[in-house]
Amino acid sequence: METIFWLIEAVVKNLLVISLLLLFVAYLTLVERKALGHIQVRPGPNRVGPFGLLQPIADGIKSFTKEDLIPAEADKPLFVIAPMICIFTALSMIAVVPFGPAFELFGRKIKLVVADIDIGLLYVFAMATLGEYGIVLGGWSSGNKYGVLGSLRAAAQMISYEVSLGLIVIGTIILAGSLRLTDIVEAQRSVWFVVYQPFAFILYLIAGLAEINRTPFDMPEAESELACGFNIEYSSIKFALFFMAEYAHMITVAAVATTLFLGGWHGPWLPGPVWFLIKVFALLFFFIWERGTFPRLRYDHIMKFGWKILFPLALLNVVVTALVVALVR
Amino acid sequence: MPVLPLLKGLTLTLKRFFSRPITIQYPEQKKDLPNWRGIHYFAKNEKGETACVACGLCVAICPSRCISLEIAEGADGKRYPARYEIDALRCIFCGYCQEACPVNAIRLGGGYEYVHYRREDFRLNTDKLLTMYEVKK
Repeated sequence: METIFWLIEAVVKNLLVISLLLLFVAYLTLVERKALGHIQVRPGPNRVGPFGLLQPIADGIKSFTKEDLIPAEADKPLFVIAPMICIFTALSMIAVVPFGPAFELFGRKIKLVVADIDIGLLYVFAMATLGEYGIVLGGWSSGNKYGVLGSLRAAAQMISYEVSLGLIVIGTIILAGSLRLTDIVEAQRSVWFVVYQPFAFILYLIAGLAEINRTPFDMPEAESELACGFNIEYSSIKFALFFMAEYAHMITVAAVATTLFLGGWHGPWLPGPVWFLIKVFALLFFFIWERGTFPRLRYDHIMKFGWKILFPLALLNVVVTALVVALVR
Repeated sequence: MPVLPLLKGLTLTLKRFFSRPITIQYPEQKKDLPNWRGIHYFAKNEKGETACVACGLCVAICPSRCISLEIAEGADGKRYPARYEIDALRCIFCGYCQEACPVNAIRLGGGYEYVHYRREDFRLNTDKLLTMYEVKK
């Protein structure tokens, strides 16, 4: 009996989280196009349905019905598997992010997280790194020089920024004393970690943007230099999968930032999941806002910034946090 | 670290974000263009016919030679255009015909939506030019 309940709970939570995530991904593309439009003093998409609300559906139908091309030069198995890796890792990452407090239902304690594992943060970073393989393999297997260049850049950027990203979150791990994301949120019941770790929060946002290959760090797909980079040979639903993965990853980065620094679901008056969504969407708006503001950095500047500025600052943050915690406790 | 310029850029884009879009939603909203040299029309005289006296000045001045004219003489001894035709596909809308016309008969209107499926529809004869007058008013 207990097993059946556990199974039902797992299935319901999985379906809920995945479908909600995909819905948010679809509408995040619309929000992004709308917001970028308004930043550029134009209204953005407004033709399909009222206020362009059906635009994501139209985009979906379009990308499903397009011709699916595999170039003759391509390494076929890798070419097909690359977008799958991307979307799989991007969707599975959200599993460990808690989006609300635990509550009682029919005498069972239900945690609002798909998988409350004790190495949650490590899992997130492992999956994020795995997701980069999709990009690297996708560009490399297309048999296109722009694709290869995009892949090389993706690989270099991943190595440079994931090191810093890993170091940045160590500050919060020291403060919370756990890798389990629900524990980290619980530790922020009174004070959010952004108060103790403001610099780490900013550094996390910067490194997170580099991690999800977003402007101003969108080196692997630099449109004006590489003509789309790693996804240049992809068409139809494979192309759409790359983009869904990118946006899902973006939501995950915002969700993890909320969990680590902005106190997760904690907040007055409103219920937990609402607070969580408000914080995530505020961060997502920032990601769109900065995309509408900053130009792409030059490739060597990105590397220089990653290794000579971000990395030492992240190290310094770890050392200072560890020192202060050791002295205070 | 040059952080200040980054923040300045962010405030600028935020201001733009909350400003009204300047886009004119074209098929629904149309912009009035003053001094616009659009498609031609014929002015009418008191009898409702064309005001053109078939002097041929517009034909002479037209740089792209898109106006063709056959002159005829009425019973009262007045000249009138037996056949007046503007090839709108050749026309460059310079407005010289309008300037040259001594009786202000041929004029350029304000219309900018001028699309047809067939080439022949772009040949404007006297009747069409007079209908344009109705459209214009």
